Amino acid sequence: MSRPWRRLLRSPGFLLGGGIVAFWVLCALLGPSLVPYDPYRDDLLDALAPPSAAHWFGTDQIGRDIFSRIVAGARPILSVAPIATLLATVCGTTLGLVTGYAGGWLDAVLSRLIEVILALPLIVVALVVLVALGPSSLNVTVVIALVFTPIIARTVRSAVLAECKLDYVPAAQLRDERALHIMFIEILPNILPPILVEVTVRLGYAIFTVASLSFLGFGIQPPSPDWGLTIAENYGLIVGGYGWTVGFAALATASLVVGVNLLAESLQAALE
Amino acid sequence: MRAVLRRAGLSLLTMLLLSMVVFAAGQILPGDVARSILGPLADARAVAALNHQLGTDQPALPMYGHWIWGLLHGDLGQSYAYRSPVAPFIGRALAKSLALAAITSAFVIPLSIGAGILAALCRGRWQDRAITLGGLSLTVVPEFVSGILLILVFGVWLRVLPISANTRPGTSVAEQMRHLILPALPLVLILFGYISRIARAGMIEALDADYTRTARLKGLRPRDVILRHVLRNALLPTITVIATQTSYLLGGLVVVETLFRYQGVGSLILTAARGKDYPMLEAGILTVGAAYILAAILADMLIAVLDPRAQPASR
Repeated sequence: MSRPWRRLLRSPGFLLGGGIVAFWVLCALLGPSLVPYDPYRDDLLDALAPPSAAHWFGTDQIGRDIFSRIVAGARPILSVAPIATLLATVCGTTLGLVTGYAGGWLDAVLSRLIEVILALPLIVVALVVLVALGPSSLNVTVVIALVFTPIIARTVRSAVLAECKLDYVPAAQLRDERALHIMFIEILPNILPPILVEVTVRLGYAIFTVASLSFLGFGIQPPSPDWGLTIAENYGLIVGGYGWTVGFAALATASLVVGVNLLAESLQAALE
Repeated sequence: MRAVLRRAGLSLLTMLLLSMVVFAAGQILPGDVARSILGPLADARAVAALNHQLGTDQPALPMYGHWIWGLLHGDLGQSYAYRSPVAPFIGRALAKSLALAAITSAFVIPLSIGAGILAALCRGRWQDRAITLGGLSLTVVPEFVSGILLILVFGVWLRVLPISANTRPGTSVAEQMRHLILPALPLVLILFGYISRIARAGMIEALDADYTRTARLKGLRPRDVILRHVLRNALLPTITVIATQTSYLLGGLVVVETLFRYQGVGSLILTAARGKDYPMLEAGILTVGAAYILAAILADMLIAVLDPRAQPASR
C-alpha cells in the first residue's frame, strides 16, 4: 500500500466518517429485513406513541414504527444520491477531459454554463426542473447529475490543463497517439486522485440536496421512509410536543452528511 | 473601474442566459396553463379564451420576447394563481427575506471572521482543530435538519426562543427580530464553516507573508502587526467568499422559510412551484439571480476600494 493510503487509515476523521457511512450502508442493504416492524404498516390505535420498549423511537401520526422507518430510510437516500453522483462523475469526467484537452468553443460554452448554474442556488435550479418534469426519485437523480456534471467537468478540466504541461503528453502526441487514447489512457489515470476527492465532496452535496428536496416535497415521494420526507410529514407536530416524530430522522440525516464529509476531508488531506 | 464594468457586462449576459433557462423550463411544463387554472371540468372554449388572454396560446419565441420586453419595462407579468401583477408580491416577500438575510449576516460575519482569526492565531492547537472541524461538519448539515434540532432544543425543550417566525401586526421591531433568531441560526451554521475557513486561510497566508515578517522585525508591537498589516490583507478573499455565499444563503431561504412558515422570496418560489404559477416562479428566480449578481458586483467594488492592487491591469 502506498504512503497516502496508509496515512489515511491512521487518520481519526477517516475512521470515524468511514464507520458512520459503513453503518448506514449496512442499514440500507440489510436494514429492511432486520427491523422489528414493517416500516410501511400503520396502526391507528397506536399512533403518536412516545418512545418505549415496544417502539424504541415511538410511532408517527398513523402509528408506523419510527425506528423501523429510520433504518429502512437509509435505502432511498443512499440509492438516489450515489447514483446521481456516479452519473455526474462519468459525464463530468468525459466533458472535462474533452474541454481541457481539446479546448475551443466547447470550453467557452462550458465556462459560461457553469457561471449561470453557480448564479442560482442548487435547490432553486432543481426546483425549476422538477416542476417541469414532475417530482420522482428518477427525476431527482437526473437533475442532480445534470447540475453536478459541469461542476465536476470544471475540476477535471483544470487537472487536465496541468497534466498537459507535463512531458508525457507531448511525447504521446509525437508518437502519433489518437486523442482518445491520450485523454483516457494517458491522462485519466494521473488525475484520478483529484477526481476521487471531488466525487466524495459531491456525494455530500448530493445527499444534502436530495434530503432538502424531499423535505420540500419535490424529491422522494410518500410512502417512502425517507428521512427528509419523514420530517416534512411530521414537523407540524413539534408544537404539540411530538418531537420524536422528527428528531431521530434529523439526527440520522445529520450523522450521514457529517460522516460523508469527514471521509471527503480526510481523503483530500491525504491525497493532496 | 473597468474591471467592475466588465463584470457588470458579463453579469448582464448571465442574467439573459438565466432568463432563457427559466423560460425554457416553463415551456416543458406539460398540459396547458388555462386548463390547470380552470380545472378539468371547465368548458373548452373558456380554456381557449383564458389561454388567449394570458398569451399562453402563442409560440414560445414571441412569448419569450413579450416577457423580456415586459421585464425591461418593469412589468414582471401577471400571476396565474392570483390573477394580479406579480411585482407587489415579489416586493413584499423580498423585504421579508432581506430582514432574515440581514439578521443572518449580522450573526455570521463577525462570528465566522472572529473564529477564523482565532483559528489562524492558534494554528495547530485544539482551538484551531475545534473551529475547523466543527465548522466543516456544520456546513454540510441541511438547514431543515439543523433547524428541526434547534427548534427541539431552544424552542420546545429550553423554551428560550419563539418557534414561529411570524408576529402579529403591531409587534415591536425588537420582538420581530427575536422571532427571526431561530430561523436565522440554521443559515448561520451553514455559512459559518465556509467563511471561517477562508478567513483562517487568508490570515495564515498574511501571517506567513514577507511584509508581516518585515513589520515584526522592525519592532512593531504584535498587536499593531496583526491589526494594521495582517488583517487588512487577510480579509480580502473573505469578502469575495461572503459575496459568493449569497447564493447558498438564498437557496437556504427556500428551505428555512418553509420550515418556519415565513413568507419571503424562498417560500414564494416554493408556493409558485407547487401551484405551477410560472410568471411568479420566473420572477422569483430572476430576483434571486439578480441578488446574487448584485452581491458579486458589490464585492468587486469593495475590493477595488480596499486593495489598490486590484486594478484593471491585473484582471
